[in-house]
Amino acid sequence: MIDRVINSRGFDNFDFRFIGLIFVILGVGVLSIYSVTHDQGVAFPFYAKQIVWIALGAVAFLVMWLSDYHRIARLAYPAYGIILVLLAFVLFEGKSSRGAQRWIPMGPFAFQPSEFAKLVLILTLAHYYSKAPRVGWLQRVVLPGLLVLPGLLLILKQPDLGSGLSFLAVYAAMLLMVGMRSKALGVILLFSLMLFPFAWEMMWGSLHDYQRQRIMAFVDPAYDPGGKGYHALQSRIAIGAGELTGKGLYGGTQSQLKFLPEGHTDFVFSVFAEEWGFLGVLALLILFVTLIWLSLEIVARAKDQLGALLAVGITCMLCFCVVVNIGMTAGMFPIVGIPLPLMSYGGSATIMTMASLGLLLNVKRRRLSFF
Amino acid sequence: MATAGLHDSELGELQRRLIILRVGLLLVVALLGLRLWHLQIREGPYYRDLSENNRTRSVIMEPARGLIYDRNGVLLANNVPSFTLYVSLEDVKDRDLLIDQLTNLLGLDPALVRKKLMARGSKQVPRKVKDRLTLREATLVESHRLDLPGVMVQVESQRNYPGGVTASHLLGYVGEVSPEQLEKPEFADLHQGSIVGQYGVEKFFDRLVRGQAGQKSIEVDAVGHEKRTVVVEQPYAGDNLYLTIDVRLQKVAESLLGEESGAIVALDPRTGDVLAMASRPGFDPNILSRELTPKQWAEIVQNEGRPLNNRASQGQYPPGSVFKVMMAAAALETNTVTPSTTIHCNGGYQFGRRVYHDWKAGGHGSVDLRRALVQSCDVYFYTVGQRMGIEMMASFAHMFGLGEETGIELPSERIGIVPSSAWKQKAKNEPWLPGETISASIGQGYVNVTPLQMASLIGTVANDGVTFRPRLVRAVMDRATGELQERPAVPKRTLKLRPEILPLIKEALAGVVKEGTGTRAKSALVTIAGKTGTAQTTALGKEKKAEKDIPKKFRDHAWFVAFAPVEAPTIAVAVLGEHMGHGGSASAPLAKELIETYVKLMLPPSAGVADGAVVREVDAGGQGAR
Repeated sequence: MIDRVINSRGFDNFDFRFIGLIFVILGVGVLSIYSVTHDQGVAFPFYAKQIVWIALGAVAFLVMWLSDYHRIARLAYPAYGIILVLLAFVLFEGKSSRGAQRWIPMGPFAFQPSEFAKLVLILTLAHYYSKAPRVGWLQRVVLPGLLVLPGLLLILKQPDLGSGLSFLAVYAAMLLMVGMRSKALGVILLFSLMLFPFAWEMMWGSLHDYQRQRIMAFVDPAYDPGGKGYHALQSRIAIGAGELTGKGLYGGTQSQLKFLPEGHTDFVFSVFAEEWGFLGVLALLILFVTLIWLSLEIVARAKDQLGALLAVGITCMLCFCVVVNIGMTAGMFPIVGIPLPLMSYGGSATIMTMASLGLLLNVKRRRLSFF
Repeated sequence: MATAGLHDSELGELQRRLIILRVGLLLVVALLGLRLWHLQIREGPYYRDLSENNRTRSVIMEPARGLIYDRNGVLLANNVPSFTLYVSLEDVKDRDLLIDQLTNLLGLDPALVRKKLMARGSKQVPRKVKDRLTLREATLVESHRLDLPGVMVQVESQRNYPGGVTASHLLGYVGEVSPEQLEKPEFADLHQGSIVGQYGVEKFFDRLVRGQAGQKSIEVDAVGHEKRTVVVEQPYAGDNLYLTIDVRLQKVAESLLGEESGAIVALDPRTGDVLAMASRPGFDPNILSRELTPKQWAEIVQNEGRPLNNRASQGQYPPGSVFKVMMAAAALETNTVTPSTTIHCNGGYQFGRRVYHDWKAGGHGSVDLRRALVQSCDVYFYTVGQRMGIEMMASFAHMFGLGEETGIELPSERIGIVPSSAWKQKAKNEPWLPGETISASIGQGYVNVTPLQMASLIGTVANDGVTFRPRLVRAVMDRATGELQERPAVPKRTLKLRPEILPLIKEALAGVVKEGTGTRAKSALVTIAGKTGTAQTTALGKEKKAEKDIPKKFRDHAWFVAFAPVEAPTIAVAVLGEHMGHGGSASAPLAKELIETYVKLMLPPSAGVADGAVVREVDAGGQGAR
């Protein structure tokens, strides 16, 4: 007991491992981005920008880690309100890119509210469930569902299928964890979501090309502009061509010669897989699994309902994004724009993910504050 | 602050439910791992191949064709750098769009571009869409590079004929290998867009001149633009050819014909070297070597003057009185006549109910063989032909190389016709008529020869009976080794005639120029022997009309064959002017002009020509050691 009290005032071994893992993954991400964009020929290339985002993310991480998550949670509703306004704003005033309107320009950068909406949604739902005993279908499922709905609709309108799916995943995970009359329903919901990729692939495979193109053009016109699964194929080729040991740094011809689209963002995993092979991929998977495992550890040891719900929401979101992103690049899933947490280039996503992880570690810290 | 909405027991329950997430996580990650193992390990090699194919393109490096020179090293065909537009189909996502873009950018014919892109063949080999881009067009394409995936501009060497029309039939032209040609074994190592000789020497010696294409593997990016070169297999340039023609003589021969249709062939009887071979009208091989639109092509092919026809080796005409040279030799050898046998010519030859006229109304009187040749007496040869019979005539005609290829190294040489009863039975399915022997004996009727055959015939006479195969290429230089390989003169046949016969005929032919029908060929510069010929194009025995009253296309073909100097011949010439009338008046002066030019050209460099006479300047420096 005494050890823990002492440790709670500073780093303990757990924190060290947790933060270490985060930075190793971030480092792998920067390396992969560097590999694709090192010859970009501009003053401020992507990998350099990403380092700036990581620095900003580190600040967010520290803020979220060191403040009291109860206090943060109390801001959940107003924050959700602001996010809804921003999401609505983005539809009218936002910046379009590749057929989707997701960004709010801020000087030289662009801010993507849908990324932050995920974290805010977790806060909101955790706050909602922990504030008072929620009993019965109405309070446990329908009301939080109504909370989720406006955000979800606004995101799908952009359209941003990836973020929309993440939204649903967070909702389903929280629902499962607070428990329901029919636990089975929750289990089915979550697993159907996790198995969605495989089900989708089967259904998808049975469609004709033109039908797929129509569907994809409907849900996400940003991807596959040339049609015929060109991007998905190039990504599969990149991963497969890595074989056991990979082609080495800068050796990935798929990404270096730009056959692979979006090598620095959504397809950063393919870049990594081509250059580092199956061994590298296994190592990376172990890193991610360990990070998620440690996060689940924090959930398991959370001191109160709010902390546990926050932690479980964040963990599930992280887990969902990692699985769906890798599944999508490996051709198990249609290409929906979900970036790989901590690795894909992107300011909003990087800062949001790091802030989330800070909050997660906060939960672990706070669990000792009552002793 | 810790007032939880749920009881502690519910927190505990939540935490117990984590097992679901843990199991789920491991399950899903295991699935991912399995999928990645499948992609990277099981199917890894397959995807690696795909990524290699993605990355590399092979580009064919066209070889430079061998150069062609005349006998003195004057350049006749070379290569100039030019821009060629290629499209790599692998990198083209939207063909219709690309066709639109190219049409708008370069003003190409969309149907033509489509045909090129859709042509059968490997997708790996870039398609040649247009050659000879102007600098402006090339720059235009380069500046739109990013909008034109798969489009490449390559610098290649393009065939060029500095002399334009000069020697066009001889040199020929080049063009893209046709789909039909590609099926043939000799074009097996070529590909769509390869340039091959399509006519003339370019075609006949294509294997030597063509060279060998190289290949370059380049790494391309996703839009098909070259990033770096991976492997290069250099092309080998084709061999250089040194022709036997003297381009100065060739030009004179062509200008002598001027606007008329016809052919002039000049051979060196001692070797068979083709010194000049002119055919008019001609064409500009530079234009034909370019890609022509169907319309341009139709214009050339349908041209009434048939400029693509090499009249020297492909034009077939009745030889007319030139045939008498062969007839005279045959008559003597077969003892049909002796040199002193005389035949009376009264201007006509009665055979059955028909009279065969002599060209000269009233006749030549009593003539012997020499006079018959000098005056070109028809009646004499009617009689001789009638006595010899068509089979004997045919066998001697064959001995003189008629009715067979001379063996010149040009594609599609024609052989003419040496009629005989067997020939007529086969060709016309009709029996030989006796009257036809009479027409044939003065080179009319079915007899057909090419100007080249005639040049070879007179060359054989000049060379005392030894025929050389006409030689067009004197030497070949191997581009790889720089070795110059001489090609020897090939004797083809020696006439088996009694030794006194040919000198007699040669003397008579000298008489033709000196005092007979060919006096217009008389030269102050050199002694010339020759024979006139006037080949009728319409039926014999018509009313004689003044030449100028006859429409051009019904006028006679004018022949003149000659050799010089009479004492030791170094040049044999055949001139054929289509519908130019009498050989003596129309063709003999051309032959004389050509021979004089040749004689002047052959003088040592220190020699000068004044007032049409040769003035030899004696060079104290030992130049005159000939």
